[in-house]
Amino acid sequence: MIDLDDVDRAICRALAGDGGLSAGELGRRLGLSQPAAWRRVRRLEEAGVIAGRRVEVDRAALGFGVTVFLGVKLAARGRVSLEDFERAVTAIPEVQVVQHVLGLFDYRLRVVARDIADFERVLRRRIMTLPGVGNVEANVLLTEERRPGPLG
Amino acid sequence: MQLDETDRRILRHHLAEPALPRAELAARAGVTVATLWRRLERLQGAGVIRAEQAVIDWRALGYGVEVSLRFTLDKTDPRAFDDFIAAAREVPEVLAIETFLGRVDVRLNVIARDMAHYQEIYRARILTLPHIAELEALMLISTIKEQEALPL
Repeated sequence: MIDLDDVDRAICRALAGDGGLSAGELGRRLGLSQPAAWRRVRRLEEAGVIAGRRVEVDRAALGFGVTVFLGVKLAARGRVSLEDFERAVTAIPEVQVVQHVLGLFDYRLRVVARDIADFERVLRRRIMTLPGVGNVEANVLLTEERRPGPLG
Repeated sequence: MQLDETDRRILRHHLAEPALPRAELAARAGVTVATLWRRLERLQGAGVIRAEQAVIDWRALGYGVEVSLRFTLDKTDPRAFDDFIAAAREVPEVLAIETFLGRVDVRLNVIARDMAHYQEIYRARILTLPHIAELEALMLISTIKEQEALPL
């Protein structure tokens, strides 16, 4: 784990808001030279603090008007069925996120679909047929907001 | 905005691997770098691409605990959603706020350094949020898949 100073935190905050900022622009904002800003970003990337980039799109504008979060409970527990389930669920293109969780459900999935009818098709043909799948709860996403997190 | 096959191809590759340098992205999408820049600018201008952001790995910063908190709100008060969301924004450890149609009204993604820290946030900042009727926690064990890619 690396220790961050205030400048590192400011860099993380800036890049989490706009990942396309150049080292020059970043440096201008934070009062660093372009090479100094570049070195800082490299260090954060090498330490794994900046783990990659994310492109946020207007899913509805691309024809995917429905995002649903599914809580999935497995019917039969056991090591083999977890692996089989994970392999099968990650292969579904409409499933964007798969998380193994502890609590009321075993897995959390984020599923995108063109509309409710398309979601029903994905649910019936792809999700309900997964190996070991038991109870499924669906919640349709209305709004989402990412927060900067404790970088202050 | 009308998307043609080239836009879709660019988006497909861009969403699949957001960290690709522009030249490499252009090569994969089979367009020149100049065309790529023009297309990306158009997609951003039309709001199809909303943002490009750095992904912060909170584990690398010492936040080992991630919990998905699912709330049902007391909807007899018409201000329940607004009050709750405004108060949740004040908690630095909240990484995401999502609203739903379904059994769950709001979900918060909360991180903490360890279980003791989580307990502290839970008691002091979460249970004190306004208009909570019910709440459930799902503790994240592992993220098996996380992508923004759409089956375009």
